[in-house]
Amino acid sequence: MLLLEDVAKSFPLPDGTRLQILDIPELRVGEGEQLVVMGRSGCGKTTLLHVIAGISLPDRGRVEVAEREITQLNEVSRDRFRAANIGYVFQTFNLLPAFSALENVLLGMSFAAGRTDTSRAEQLLTRVGLKDRLGHKPAMLSVGEQQRVAVARALANRPRLLLADEPTANVDTGHQQQIVDLLRDTCSEENIALVLVTHTPDVASQFERVERLEDLNQVARSA
Amino acid sequence: MSLLRIAWRSLVERRLSSFLTGLSIALGAALVVAVLVIFSVIERSFSQAAHGYSIIVGAKGGRTELVLNTVFHLGRPIENIPWSFYKEFSEGRFSRAVKVAIPYCLGDNYKGYRVVGTTPELFSELEYAPGRKYEFHDGRNFATDGFYEGVVGYLVARRTGLKVGDTFAPTHGITTEEGQGHTHDEFRVVGILAPTGTPNDRALFVNMEGFFLLEGHAKGSPQPQGPDGSEAEESDEAETRAESNDGQAGSAGVSNESNAAVGDHQNETSAADAHSGHQGHTHNREPLPEDQREVTCVLVRVTDPILGTHLPNVINEGPVAQAVSPLRVTQELINTIFQPIRWLLLVLTTLVIIVAGVGMMVAIYNTMSERRREIAVMRALGASRRTILMIVLCESVMLAVLGGAAGVLLGHGLIRVANPFVVAMTGVSIGLLEFDILEGLLIPGLVILAAVVGYLPAMSAYRTDVARVLSAAP
Repeated sequence: MLLLEDVAKSFPLPDGTRLQILDIPELRVGEGEQLVVMGRSGCGKTTLLHVIAGISLPDRGRVEVAEREITQLNEVSRDRFRAANIGYVFQTFNLLPAFSALENVLLGMSFAAGRTDTSRAEQLLTRVGLKDRLGHKPAMLSVGEQQRVAVARALANRPRLLLADEPTANVDTGHQQQIVDLLRDTCSEENIALVLVTHTPDVASQFERVERLEDLNQVARSA
Repeated sequence: MSLLRIAWRSLVERRLSSFLTGLSIALGAALVVAVLVIFSVIERSFSQAAHGYSIIVGAKGGRTELVLNTVFHLGRPIENIPWSFYKEFSEGRFSRAVKVAIPYCLGDNYKGYRVVGTTPELFSELEYAPGRKYEFHDGRNFATDGFYEGVVGYLVARRTGLKVGDTFAPTHGITTEEGQGHTHDEFRVVGILAPTGTPNDRALFVNMEGFFLLEGHAKGSPQPQGPDGSEAEESDEAETRAESNDGQAGSAGVSNESNAAVGDHQNETSAADAHSGHQGHTHNREPLPEDQREVTCVLVRVTDPILGTHLPNVINEGPVAQAVSPLRVTQELINTIFQPIRWLLLVLTTLVIIVAGVGMMVAIYNTMSERRREIAVMRALGASRRTILMIVLCESVMLAVLGGAAGVLLGHGLIRVANPFVVAMTGVSIGLLEFDILEGLLIPGLVILAAVVGYLPAMSAYRTDVARVLSAAP
C-alpha cells in the first residue's frame, strides 16, 4: 500500500547549505494497516507526511502509494491522486472558517472530480457524532468537534491511505480518546491504511505497530 | 461544491471588504450608465425633434441656423420667404410632391419663449415622435378660424402658469430684450400640449392668421415701437437683410420697413373680437391680404422618399429659398458636438471603473496573506494550483459582475429618481427601462477587467508554498 525507498529530504538554509531532514532507507505499510510514527518535535514527522502525500517532493528516492509511484507524477496528477486516494488530518484541524461542517466535508470531495456526495458527507458527520452540527461553522464548534469534522473531511473520498498529523495534539484529554477511536475504528471498517504521527505515548500505545522516526530516519539516528 | 460557490463563500466571509470593493465598482458602473442613458436620450430627443417632416424650406442662409431656429427654437430666424413661395407647396408646382406643408412664422416671444405662428395642422397632421401624435394635456388645438387662439407647450405652461382660458400677449422680437417691451395683442390659450420631450414643449403656438394681423407683422408694415416710442432695434437689421435679399423678404414677425409711421394694429377694424378672454379689446377678423404675407419657413413632408431627395435640389437651385434636411443637420450637430462630449465622459467614467478595479485588486491581494493557510489546506485536500487560481479569479469576477449589476440598477434608479426634475427642466422623460446598446458591453467589460486585475492576487495564491505554510504555526 505504501512504500518509501531511499527517500531523502532537505531544506535550504540562508547560508546556502542544506538541512537534511529525512533519509529513510525503507518504510512499508500494508493495505489497511495502521502505523503510528513517534518522534520528538521537529524531527521531521510532518515532512514525512508531506512527502507521502506528495505535497513536497523528496530530493531523492521513491514514494509509492496504492501502487502508484507519486514521485514520478507531475504536480497536477499528484494533486488529483492525493484528492482521490489520500486523506489528511492536520494537527490544527485547518477547517475553512467560511464553510459549515458539512461544506468542509464536501469541499474535500469537490477537489476529487465527480465525487461530491452530500449523503456520504452527512453520514460521516453523523458517524463522528455531529449530526446536529451540519450547518455550524468552525467558530461555532468546540475543539473536539472541529477535529471530528477534520476526520470526516479526510475520509470523505474513501481514501486508501489516511495521514494524521498529531491529530490529538490540540485536543483535551477527554476528546483525545474519542479522536483516536474514531480514526482507528473508521480505518478498520473501511480498510484504510493509516499513518499517524504523534509524540504522545498514550496515543501510540493503542496501536499495534509503532515506529520511532529516529529508527526509520538515518538523519535522526545520527543526530 | 462548485468553484463559484467556494468563491462566493469566501466573499461572504469577508463581507465588509467585499461590499466596499463591490460598491466602488457599482458607483463606476452607475456613472457609465448615467452617461450612456442621458446621452442616448439627448441624442434621441435631438434626432426626433424634427420628426414628422423631412424638409425645412426657409430663406437662403445658414443650414444649421435654419434648423436651429425652426426645430430647436434657438438663434435668430434668417429671413422670410414670400407667401407665394409657400403656396407653391400647398397648391402650386410642388404640391403633387408634398403631403403636408406647415408654415412657420417667427419673430415674437412671450416671456422669452418663442411664439410660433402656424396652422392647426402642425398638431393634427404631424407626429412628434414615431407613432406618437400630439396630445393635449388640457384643452384643444386652436381652430383655423380662431385667429387669436393659441396652444402652449407643456414646459411653458408649467413655468409661466398659463392655463386654458388665460390670455397672453406676445412681445415683439425673438427674445425679451428685443422689441423693447412692445407688446402685441392678446391670444387666448385654448390648449396646453402634453409633454413631448421636444423643443416644442418650450414654445407657444398661435394661429398664423392672428399672427399676421399683429402690429408690424404684415409685409411693408412699419416697425412697432417700444413704450418709449423708440423703434425696435430689430428693424435696422431686418432692413439690411431685406435689402440683401432683393427686397423680397420681410420678417413674418418683424416688418423690414422701419421708416413707416408707427401705429396701432395695422389692419384693425371695428369688428369686435368674438372669442372670450379679451376684455375691452378688439381684433381684426379679416385675414391679411396674401400680398402682405410672408413666412419664416415651411415644414414639408413629401409624398415619396425619392422626392424627398429630389425636391431640395430643385428648391436649392432656385433663387428664393433653401431646403434642408433637419435630420441630416441634426445628425451633424450630434456628431460634432454631442459625440465628442459623450466619448470624453465615457473615457472619464471608464477610468473611474479602472481605478475601482485596481482597488479591487489591492483588496483581494491584501487578503491573500491571511488566506495562505486556507489556500494551503485546499491544496493539501487535492485542489490543484489552477483550481486555486480559478477560485481567486472567480471572486474577482463575481465582485465585478455583482458590482456592475448593482451599478446598472443604481444608475437607472438614480435616473428614474431624477426623472421628474429632468422633465420639469427639459420636457424629456427618461424611463426606467431606457437602455443604451453600449450598456451591453459594460458587464463583459467588467468581467475582462476583473480577470486582468484578479490575475495578480490569483498568481500569488497559485504560488503558495503548501508545505511551508502547513508546517508553520497557525
